[in-house]
Amino acid sequence: MSLKQVHSEQPKEFKFSNENLIKAEEILKRYPEKNRKSAVMPFLYLAQRQNNNWIPLAALKYIAKYLSMPYISVYEIATFYTMYNLAPVGKHFVQVCTTTPCLIRGADKIVKLCKEKISPNENKLSKDGICSWMEVECLGACVSAPMIQINDDYYEDLDEKSTIEILDSLIKDKPLKPGSYRGRKNTAPEKKQLKNGENYA
Amino acid sequence: MPKININGQEIEFEKGMTVLQACELAHVEIPRFCYHEKLSIAGNCRMCLVEMEKSSKPIASCAMPAVEGMNIKTNTAFVEKARKGVMEFLLANHPLDCPVCDQGGECDLQDQSMFYGIDKSRFVENKRQVKEKYMGPLIKTQMTRCIHCTRCVRFATEVAGVPEICAIGRGENMEITTYLEKAMESELSANVIDLCPVGALTSKPYAFEARPWELKKTESIDVMDAVGSNIRVDSYNWEVKRILPRLNNEINEEWISDKTRYSCDGLLKQRLDAPYIKKDNRLQKSSWEEAIDLVFNKIKAINSNEIAGHIGDMVNLENALAFKKLFKILNSNNIEFREKKFYVNSSEKINYLFNSSIRGIEDSDLILLIGTNPRHEATMLNARIRKAYVQKKTPIFSIGNPGDLTYDYTILGNKSDDIKKILNKEVEFSKKLLSSKKPIIIIGESTLSLKSGKYIFEEVKNFLNKNNFIKKDWNALNFLPQNASTVGLIDLKILSKENEKDYSFFKKLNNSEFKLLYLLGSDNLEFKKNNEFIIYQGSHGDRGAEIADVVLPSPAYTEQNGLYENLEGRIQECKKASYPIGEALEDWKIFNLIIKKLNKTEDLSTFNLLRKEVLNSIPNFSKLNELPVYKDSFNKNNETNFISDDILIKELDYFYTNSISRASKTMSECRQITRSSKKTGTDN
Amino acid sequence: MLKPEDKIFTNLYNELGWEIDNSIKRNDWKETKNIISKGREWIINEVKTSELRGRGGAGFSTGLKWSFAPKEVGSRPHYLVINADESEPGTCKDRDILRFEPQKLIEGCFIAGYAVNAHICYIYIRGEYLNEGKRLQEAINQAYKKNFLGKNACGSGWDFDIHIHYGAGAYICGEETALLESMEGNKGQPRLKPPFPALVGLYGCPTIVNNVETIAVVPTILRRGGKWFASIGKPKNTGTKIFCISGNVNSPCNVEEEMGISLKELIEKYAGGVVGGWENLQAVIPGGSSMPLLSKKICDKITMDFDSLIENKSGLGTAGIVVINKDQDIVSCMARIARFYKHESCGQCTPCREGSGWMWRILDRVAKRKATFRDIDLLSDVTKQIEGHTICAFGEGSAWPVQGLLRHFRKEIESRCREEPLIKKKIDNPYLVDQHLLENKNA
Repeated sequence: MSLKQVHSEQPKEFKFSNENLIKAEEILKRYPEKNRKSAVMPFLYLAQRQNNNWIPLAALKYIAKYLSMPYISVYEIATFYTMYNLAPVGKHFVQVCTTTPCLIRGADKIVKLCKEKISPNENKLSKDGICSWMEVECLGACVSAPMIQINDDYYEDLDEKSTIEILDSLIKDKPLKPGSYRGRKNTAPEKKQLKNGENYA
Repeated sequence: MPKININGQEIEFEKGMTVLQACELAHVEIPRFCYHEKLSIAGNCRMCLVEMEKSSKPIASCAMPAVEGMNIKTNTAFVEKARKGVMEFLLANHPLDCPVCDQGGECDLQDQSMFYGIDKSRFVENKRQVKEKYMGPLIKTQMTRCIHCTRCVRFATEVAGVPEICAIGRGENMEITTYLEKAMESELSANVIDLCPVGALTSKPYAFEARPWELKKTESIDVMDAVGSNIRVDSYNWEVKRILPRLNNEINEEWISDKTRYSCDGLLKQRLDAPYIKKDNRLQKSSWEEAIDLVFNKIKAINSNEIAGHIGDMVNLENALAFKKLFKILNSNNIEFREKKFYVNSSEKINYLFNSSIRGIEDSDLILLIGTNPRHEATMLNARIRKAYVQKKTPIFSIGNPGDLTYDYTILGNKSDDIKKILNKEVEFSKKLLSSKKPIIIIGESTLSLKSGKYIFEEVKNFLNKNNFIKKDWNALNFLPQNASTVGLIDLKILSKENEKDYSFFKKLNNSEFKLLYLLGSDNLEFKKNNEFIIYQGSHGDRGAEIADVVLPSPAYTEQNGLYENLEGRIQECKKASYPIGEALEDWKIFNLIIKKLNKTEDLSTFNLLRKEVLNSIPNFSKLNELPVYKDSFNKNNETNFISDDILIKELDYFYTNSISRASKTMSECRQITRSSKKTGTDN
Repeated sequence: MLKPEDKIFTNLYNELGWEIDNSIKRNDWKETKNIISKGREWIINEVKTSELRGRGGAGFSTGLKWSFAPKEVGSRPHYLVINADESEPGTCKDRDILRFEPQKLIEGCFIAGYAVNAHICYIYIRGEYLNEGKRLQEAINQAYKKNFLGKNACGSGWDFDIHIHYGAGAYICGEETALLESMEGNKGQPRLKPPFPALVGLYGCPTIVNNVETIAVVPTILRRGGKWFASIGKPKNTGTKIFCISGNVNSPCNVEEEMGISLKELIEKYAGGVVGGWENLQAVIPGGSSMPLLSKKICDKITMDFDSLIENKSGLGTAGIVVINKDQDIVSCMARIARFYKHESCGQCTPCREGSGWMWRILDRVAKRKATFRDIDLLSDVTKQIEGHTICAFGEGSAWPVQGLLRHFRKEIESRCREEPLIKKKIDNPYLVDQHLLENKNA
């Protein structure tokens, strides 16, 4: 299942909530009057947040009208950028960074755990329907590798044990705290000596 | 002028040119896929790489502005290697299915791979597959062949003005598609087929019909509207297989409308292949002799002032002149070509021309439409207005509401009173109009058919004349006719003086004063048939033939030579690309048969004589394909009375405007789609 | 070795607090008004004296870049755009600046904005850094409260506003013109150059695009003098730099050090050494994934600065150091990087669109021992056919790492290839093995 394929079940209507309407107008103020189009990316975020972390077609149309853009441009943008989901994802959306810096510190093991704990396939909801996971490219926290992103938060310096803890409580709908799971201060150096061939993840 | 060195050759170039254009000046050919003269520069195919001194990388010549003193090389090993590399990438995921691809033989990729391709593919991975996309009844897609040049995307947004094609996804998963695979809602959509350098977008109606090298190519003129787009008719034996645009920057640039392109399948359907005579209340096949006899007998039996003729929308000038001559012999001047009443003042040529010229639209700084929908009435002209709108941001105004024209415009009102106010300088807009340097006012047939039509036309003309807008170098007065034959027929003085002024033809027709009505290719005349004896002479079994008592078959526009005068007053030649069907005879030959029967052999015409006479009788004629000579207006102030009127723009059934398009299956499909999308009101 | 008093980012690990009051204690916003009052010319000259080179990857002289902006504001406003779309694998320095040293960035924006005549600054943050963006927004709000921003910012007479714009998961938007396209509400596809953004940038207006770290060091440079900055590091490779050391090291970390510090010292001193000891080192990617890797032999001696890395056919890039020890399969590591580039290619121009996937597929086959000797030369040809033929530098970025691999590990690759051509065996290589996998097995 790809998140870039338009989902088969679509809500008929979409409208910004009142709260988001206010936000939308705030956003528009950031850009010059004749460049309203610039707001399309923030608007897609607003829509995605409002609609359980995915964007229905009706929202694309709504945004296109709002910004007087052709629908097709909004659609184009929604498919170009990877962070816009055009199909539903779990309430807890786990994104595992698997690019080289994370990979060499054991990201593949985290992927394996996700397959075991959440669902065997990427972007398929877990049995209870509250989690889904996917592999993503570099999330820009390489010195804290391996790491995952759950919704907005980074979980860093993982190993197998901590990943199991995180995923287990996630499945129970009780997400743990984000941050480093090796107890270090952000990206500061530690006094640590690993052995040859030692696992990190 | 600045100079550039290309392969050791010094070349002068105009400022603002790109390296690629400068290379063309030097007659150095640069391969390209994404670059197209009439579209914005994308620079994404990377095929046009050339070597530039002081640059370690090859540069994309299509995007690099030429600069004084540049030293460009296009024939080095470095360049060849770069292009070969790009070509290998283009071919990597391109299915090598040329034997089953309709583009074969006219494919840019095929041609250029002859120069830059390697003999053997090194790409052993599985090739990319892309699902076919639906783009409507005209465009067949095979997206696996797409090389992502984005010409179609740029055409849709820039020229057609309907941003409905786009590239979704990214990287190697990028795909060209329409929004959720809807048909493209444009009258220009099929031009993307010509633009597509590979076989990704091909013509659906033409699919697997012929190979380009099998076709006979005839350069001709389109007659679907009054623009006179330049076309190339490709025929196989007697069958017209397809119609393509021919470059003419004065008229249609490189585009044609879908109607021009795809009405051609109508040339094979509903054709009149033999004379027919109505017997037992239905038309039955007969011989020429029998039919001419019948026509002769009727003519003999009926008073000459009860004989009337109507000339249709696609009749060429030679035939129209022959028809006029026939009527002179018959001693009748009840000839008409207008399909509805509209005001014509044939006293000066500028009264019925699009004087600013189509190209002039680009120079204009203000455009005012009065009761016209150029998108449907003259599609290519509308594309030019859009070009001005996009490139020069020319402000556009309208009186009356023409609907979506693919560009923004301001509606100033919808009554003749609003025009009066403008002419009397009572509104803000008058100032704008007067301060503009090259305004264009376009008056449509819908306006002229109003009661106030005369007032509007004459007063606008007076206004423009007074304010020095009708001059040799700029003439702001424009009439937008809808039919290919209109301007030429006015020039040939088909209308008698009283008919022109008082619509006597229509009056008599409606009072059933005619006993014999001779329809020459005329299918759009609306009237109630009473006891008239109707002769229909034309190519298609359409509305005219339906009510006829005698049907005389004649060739369609692709099957005979003939001149047409377009809305700017250019005389262009439509050429014979195919043969008349069955027993059909050229119209003038049929008239000869009748004249012979009348025993007036001295008046028989030949085609050459007709053409000569046509050219002699066109006022202000300069040269074939050129604009007419400008003659100073003698400024006769026509007394007119103001009438308050609503300016309603009569909507055209765009895909069904003439007998050929009504016979075309493709046009019916297009019509169906636009209708259903209008009905369901897809909020687009 | 960088002296502690020469450190610019003193709160890189948030030991002192990121809030504005704390950062004022660390000398942020000190005498800003005074700096502004010295005028544009002085600021740009001082930055030129410091020999500061852009920290985003290309290493272009910052002072020179600023001087490209038109001297007078014409009919079009000028813009300053900060590139915080940090997505290069191996790089996470800007994240720490956004989180813990936001005032340095904000002050830098104000000064740079003044220097290039811009009243408005947009900071383009990658969408995944949502929390970092929120933090930055808070910091901006704090700065507004203290009147450091807004009308008559800092009492300097110059109006200045900062807005945040989030990306949405596209590495290519780190390319400056793609970033501008993205900001304008289009797909992030790089533009053709010329014209360069300094003349025709955001909304067609003159625009200066700078990296976060570049801008964040500017206030300190101006306070302590360009000469001070130039005295650190090596000639033409001056100042301090945040290095991100990740991969097979005992203690991966971000650290600010002097330019031109030796790689070995950096790894041993701050990152706790290579896992399994220095002798266990296989290769190092010195500047983010797009820079060619270095073999151990080079790593023994190399110093980390722009010029010496270029001498060794690599580059400093973003200074994201990825250490790969001998436990790793180097081909798989690079195949994964190739997959990254395949996934992130914008698809606009041919060589990159078609070539990046091709490289990945060949490398993937090599890693799985399904390649032939001929594939090695083919791979090398493909990299050369991409390099230099694309609209933006992404082409080089994707080709160089593979070239680096071929340069230093050809034997390793050859040992995995076989003589017989692939065609003899029926091998099912699906076309898209990717997170965007279509439903069909071979789609």
